[in-house]
Amino acid sequence: MNILVCISKTPDTTSKISFKSDNTEYNSDGVTFIMNPYDEWYALVRALEITEQNGGSVTVINVGPATNDIIIRKALAIGAADAVRVDTEAMDSYVVAANIAAHAKSKNYDMIFLGKETIDYNGSEVGAMVAEIMDLPYASYVSRLDISGSTATITRELEGGEEVSQIDGAFVLSAAKGLAEQRIANMKGIMMAKSKPLTVVQPVQADARVSAVKYAVPPPKSGVKLVDPDNMDELVRLLHEEAKVI
Amino acid sequence: MSVIAYIESPGGHFKKSGFEVATYASKVASSLNTQAIAVVIGKSDDAGILGQYGISKVIHVNSGEDVTFDSQIYTSIIAETYKNNGGSILILSHTANGKSIAGRLAVRLNAGCISGVNTLPDTTQGFTVSKSVYSGKAIATYSISTADKILTVMGNSIQPEISGANITPESISISTGEHKVKVLEVKAEEGGVPLPEAELVVSVGRGIKGPENWGIIGDLANAIGAATACSRPVADADWRPHHEHVGQTGIAIRPNLYIAIGISGAIQHLAGVNNSKVIVVINKDPEAPFFKAADYGVVGDLFEIVPKLTEAVKRYKQQH
Repeated sequence: MNILVCISKTPDTTSKISFKSDNTEYNSDGVTFIMNPYDEWYALVRALEITEQNGGSVTVINVGPATNDIIIRKALAIGAADAVRVDTEAMDSYVVAANIAAHAKSKNYDMIFLGKETIDYNGSEVGAMVAEIMDLPYASYVSRLDISGSTATITRELEGGEEVSQIDGAFVLSAAKGLAEQRIANMKGIMMAKSKPLTVVQPVQADARVSAVKYAVPPPKSGVKLVDPDNMDELVRLLHEEAKVI
Repeated sequence: MSVIAYIESPGGHFKKSGFEVATYASKVASSLNTQAIAVVIGKSDDAGILGQYGISKVIHVNSGEDVTFDSQIYTSIIAETYKNNGGSILILSHTANGKSIAGRLAVRLNAGCISGVNTLPDTTQGFTVSKSVYSGKAIATYSISTADKILTVMGNSIQPEISGANITPESISISTGEHKVKVLEVKAEEGGVPLPEAELVVSVGRGIKGPENWGIIGDLANAIGAATACSRPVADADWRPHHEHVGQTGIAIRPNLYIAIGISGAIQHLAGVNNSKVIVVINKDPEAPFFKAADYGVVGDLFEIVPKLTEAVKRYKQQH
């Protein structure tokens, strides 16, 4: 089984978020970038487990500039066999999806995995778009995946429940917590990653449909109001009369 | 032109998020002097009720059928209904299923898509709308350049608003073709309100010391009428079920009230809860980072404070 895993580069969770150019652009100065955790911990690792059990290999794809190679090498160190980088700015979800789908159409992947969302834009759009362009079924928010022959049995996380379903043949999957356990690259993996193929390809024609106009940082909390631990009636009064939430 | 809203009916019932989408769509429609049309697929409660939320027309597709979820089939039905009713803006819920079809529909309809919006769009000049990004650490305003536009509405961003009366749904039948996704089972979690929809949430962290002590948390949640949640270490230790884990790798919520008990407030946890309207933190460590994100704080031993708070809530409920 050959699996394509789409990986995205995001600021580290602990990064301070700020903006420049009159709040129209993200300020990446001094920010540490990481592989999007949902892509790395769940999508990539489950893909590796499946190919370890069933044969085949995992290819990772990223849409972005050469500075993204650092996260691509990390994916190779964790165990992907080879990588593709589409050399263009990820202007919006459609541009990313169109480029991933263009590559995937030229190959014959059995499955395409990605994380359920990125931790920066929290959009959750790319997987559905890739599935539509490829005319494939889409299993989103997957917390469990079992493969038996050509049949995949899938558990999806829904609001207030779970859905179990089956798909025969190729499909696109977005990974949620539970699908796999995070793997740390070992020294051998890191050394091997340096010689694994990373192919840089040119983008296909696709126009961005959505653009950021401005950013704002939410106003800081006015400060915590401390309540005497022996006077919980006062806390209830504040929640009712002041905060008006109960 | 018209505004089309797809209203989900999981298990044959509308949820609060569906009424939020109906309200949102009718407000967008009235700002553009047009009408809001709702699409309902498969079995549901009386779809005419959507008229109460300002919807002018309800199209109920295959109303007698249990149409199990398959993003390709739902996309085809919604795209066809959208086109046949002169749609120019499509509104969906920001739910697992809503997000599974929003991207597909964007491709199918050549539309720009923004997911998780939490304000109404500004249509005075072009079309811009805001959402929370970087796990709640910033707000981004986006513009869509395409003629057709798709938005998914973040839960608890708008209150359902009654502005009309029941209407008679128009029933239509659309051939769905073969399902490539065969749904075997849909399991509902036991208990009350699902966490993503809860307005009041009581959440517990490592400070509880073990699952045997959870009872006081459950008592408080019952007294308030709140859903229960937990931090990652509590879920990882199996003290509480995984679906209660809120935070960056769990689920993100935005209730009106979030009471964090014995949770230090690591940035990964805050990422899942910092869109809550009011945050109460109960922690014995006055230096816990969570106090910086809190509106109200109580410094002290949770094993003493939580039962007192429960009693205070009960006294308040008796008086009101």
